[in-house]
Amino acid sequence: MAQQKTEVKVKKKKKSLYRTRELHVMLIPAVLFTTIFAYLPIFGLVMAFQDFKPLMGFRESPFVGLKQFQYIFTMPSFRTAFVNTMIISFFKIILSILVPLILSLMLNEVTKSWFKRSVQTIVFIPYFFSWAILAGMILEIFAYDGIINNTMMHLFGMEPTAFLVSNKYFRTIIIGSDVWKGMGYNTVLLLAAITNVDPTLYEAAQVDGAGRWKQVLHVTLPSILPMVAVLTVLGLGNILNAGFEQILIMYNPTVERTVDILDTLVYRLGMTSHQYSAAAAMGLFKSVISLIFVGTSYLILYKKSDYRVF
Amino acid sequence: MKIKRSGSYYIYQVFNTVVLTIVALTCIFPILHVLAMSLSSSNAAMAGRVTFVPVEFSLSAYEYLMKKKDFFHSVGIAGGRVVLGTALNMILIVLTAYPLSRSPIHFRGRTWYMVYFAITMFLGGGLIPTYMIIKNLHLLNSFWVLILPCAMNIWNVIIMMNFIRGLPRAVEEAAFVDGANHWQTLFQVILPMSKPSLASLLLFSMIGHWNAWFDGMFYMNNPNNYPMATYLATQIINNNQTMTNMTPEQLALLSSLSEKTVRSAQLFISIIPILVVYPFLQKFFVKGITVGSVKE
Repeated sequence: MAQQKTEVKVKKKKKSLYRTRELHVMLIPAVLFTTIFAYLPIFGLVMAFQDFKPLMGFRESPFVGLKQFQYIFTMPSFRTAFVNTMIISFFKIILSILVPLILSLMLNEVTKSWFKRSVQTIVFIPYFFSWAILAGMILEIFAYDGIINNTMMHLFGMEPTAFLVSNKYFRTIIIGSDVWKGMGYNTVLLLAAITNVDPTLYEAAQVDGAGRWKQVLHVTLPSILPMVAVLTVLGLGNILNAGFEQILIMYNPTVERTVDILDTLVYRLGMTSHQYSAAAAMGLFKSVISLIFVGTSYLILYKKSDYRVF
Repeated sequence: MKIKRSGSYYIYQVFNTVVLTIVALTCIFPILHVLAMSLSSSNAAMAGRVTFVPVEFSLSAYEYLMKKKDFFHSVGIAGGRVVLGTALNMILIVLTAYPLSRSPIHFRGRTWYMVYFAITMFLGGGLIPTYMIIKNLHLLNSFWVLILPCAMNIWNVIIMMNFIRGLPRAVEEAAFVDGANHWQTLFQVILPMSKPSLASLLLFSMIGHWNAWFDGMFYMNNPNNYPMATYLATQIINNNQTMTNMTPEQLALLSSLSEKTVRSAQLFISIIPILVVYPFLQKFFVKGITVGSVKE
């Protein structure tokens, strides 16, 4: 009996070794692309410790140790960008969960299914538009002679406001438009979680005399709390990513003081001022802090919830 | 479930409907506004008389665009990028997801490959080192820079991998018993069963390529090589740069000088493909976003 088992095992192993050869072959393209376009740039980070000159390349540019880091930490624009990143990101994370949460709870109360479906479909549309399109629309709408200023002028006789060059309003426009763009995604996700709540829980609550509002408060909310927690922790892990593409395309030098973030500063430092090594150093600083945030958030989720990616 | 209905409940229902309608309208009005602008006379658009219906209906913006070669050239590049880029994305997704969906018992290297790919989800070189590598590879200003660097998307691979894992094992085992190798199993058994997942990934990949603008601006020095999204984005960015340090009066003058109707027509043309595939996207998106969701 035992002998038979080991024989089977050996056979299986041989078979599996032969068979996995094909699997290794299938993975060759993926390994190649990952190595060239993901790992080479990681090794390229040595330039953060060099005084990188494009003509000399990675090999011949002189090493300068931590000089670039000392340089970027003394830049006043670095501190502004860091603070802006945290502020913008914080509000985006909170609102991009709060708004969909409210929307999904409201949608769940809707009794007509065609209305529910239509709203769900429509609020998802902006999610699929690129910032190249949305920025064009939003800047047009908030322009000095745009529809908002015009309507305000016609209806209430208000003086037009230069929203787009205003350090008072522009940050709100950035945060608001990002929450608006993404709200459909989390709404659908949360609504799916709400519809999965065990209906017997509601029945039990009704028997205990709970009205609609009490049911939402004591049944629906606690049931979807794990999902909300996952979304929040994942969001907090990304706190240093405040929306590079959006801000790069929407901002202008006048509002840099309030909306310049680390990524846009890295971009300008590298591509406009050609301080390649300083820009790479700032990027590296950002990734290291980010990695700590993301790592912690995944660790929390791994320990505290059933969330798994792989 | 029977719902207890009271007066306040009805008031709440009305309030609910009104708020949800307003929220939905905020997502439609910008599109309508752009469409109305593009179909209005440029006088009406400049005077700010256009809201959500065309004023002094005119097709002149579209006629002007038809003659604008550089815009259509950029649309062509975007189209080429969508076709070739999506094809490459899909090939990599299929070839990578299948081996990774095998259990480590049958495929010993699986864990190592997964670690190798997963690291790139959390670590990257960042903008500037990536730019220098692309430059050293002589890809700057080449059409391929729009396709090759984003060819491998590990998130999409994981979506596909999780889908394959959810398929019934018995069917593939039957294929192996019949003497099929992995290639035959993948293409004749797994893929035909994965149509819904493949369709959603295909659409996401297409939309991604159509929408991507930053790589075009970052890696191309010559505006002739810009795909459509980059073409639009650089127009906006250049506008923003000139907008600063101007008085509100100058600002108003500037925006009326640039053709509002033509810009709106460009925007509208660029969203048509998305609106066309949107009903299909709708059908698939719930499947598409199951990656990393809470599992039982």
